[in-house]
Amino acid sequence: MIPTIFRRLGVRLATAALLSWHPGSARAEETRIAIDNFTFAPAALTVKVGDTVTWSNHDDIPHTVVSAGKFRSKTLDTDDSFSFTFTAAGDYSYFCSLHPHMTGTIKVE
Amino acid sequence: MSGFNHSDDDNSQGINRRQVLECMTWAGTGVLWTVSGGVPRALGLVGSALAEEAAGMTFLQISDSHVGFDKPANPNALGTLEEGIAKIKTMPVRPAFMIHTGDISHLSKASEFDDAERIISQTRLDVHYVPGEHDFLDEDVKLYRDRYGRGTKGAGYYAFDAGGIHFIGLVNVVDLKAGGLGNLGAEQLEWLEQDLKGRSKSTPIVVFAHIPLWTVYPEWGWGTEDGARALDYLKGFGSVTVLNGHIHQVMQKVEGNVTFHTARSTAFPQPAPGTAPSPGPMKVADDRLRSMLGVASVNFKRGDQRLAIIDTPLQG
Repeated sequence: MIPTIFRRLGVRLATAALLSWHPGSARAEETRIAIDNFTFAPAALTVKVGDTVTWSNHDDIPHTVVSAGKFRSKTLDTDDSFSFTFTAAGDYSYFCSLHPHMTGTIKVE
Repeated sequence: MSGFNHSDDDNSQGINRRQVLECMTWAGTGVLWTVSGGVPRALGLVGSALAEEAAGMTFLQISDSHVGFDKPANPNALGTLEEGIAKIKTMPVRPAFMIHTGDISHLSKASEFDDAERIISQTRLDVHYVPGEHDFLDEDVKLYRDRYGRGTKGAGYYAFDAGGIHFIGLVNVVDLKAGGLGNLGAEQLEWLEQDLKGRSKSTPIVVFAHIPLWTVYPEWGWGTEDGARALDYLKGFGSVTVLNGHIHQVMQKVEGNVTFHTARSTAFPQPAPGTAPSPGPMKVADDRLRSMLGVASVNFKRGDQRLAIIDTPLQG
């Protein structure tokens, strides 16, 4: 697995190398997470620094997306969305502050 | 506004062992509780039972109005609240007051609280509220407190005495932790411990909060993380009744001297634990909605743990 190799070599070094050698391939991407049936799908996601993740609530009940100290959405009613652009590598765990059994993680490399 | 200023009042009258606390879940719109002397009698259909059986103090529980909810499970949650309140207005025995166990609004909009107040106030009863998680969604988290928080502590907890019963309204919908359940928090638990300390163990206690204080179904978040600590403080009391909402269905259990009971919603039903992919609003056929908001009557004899539940749907 390439990501595993990257992790072994050091994520930042590998990313820097990619950026300097192939700038076109490092374009920031948009990834979507669906909120369905009181779950985040996918619940675990890996993105790159600079990528934007958008959560969309498809339930008939409002939800929130909260990562302590990192980001916090407003209350998302049905079909509302929230986007966050990750500018720093790391592991971000988040949850719905109304239904705290709903949890997810974003790994930013 | 409920127009009721909550304050501690220890001037309770007490209640002897022969007196009973009876509960009737009524018409999917409220739970009627009666405190009276003598032995419990079998409850018939609630409509007729009210006139004949109710004696002493009665109070109602309503819950989960979700004013503003307009999704397929019930496009007119305000309308069904209105139906419920209309029935309360025509009750042959006027309750002393109501408690509302939270989720007054769906999205904490000022207009939703206004609509709820406009309808509920038609009963001309004092209403003792506790908040649900849907009542704290406004950006500044102030609308609930402005309207219902007068005389309360923390996020809105308080105690009062009525009819010889000590009532305690708790808040378990704030500061929830990732992966966890409902939460009371250290400050509120400390207040509860102090509130109960030195109180006569023969005083009947009614605790009400939005999310069930006991663990109903943790996979759906139906429970309170530190609810067991609150129940610890209630040990030794002869009669403890815990009234909750949140799960939009009647559920009950008895543990020692504690009776747990959840009320129906006036807005929409939710599935029984584990019977659906999620606890979200359950869409039923239009002609079944009011049968899902049916009737249950509950009879609880203090100290005897005898419990009778009669479920009577509104329709069918």
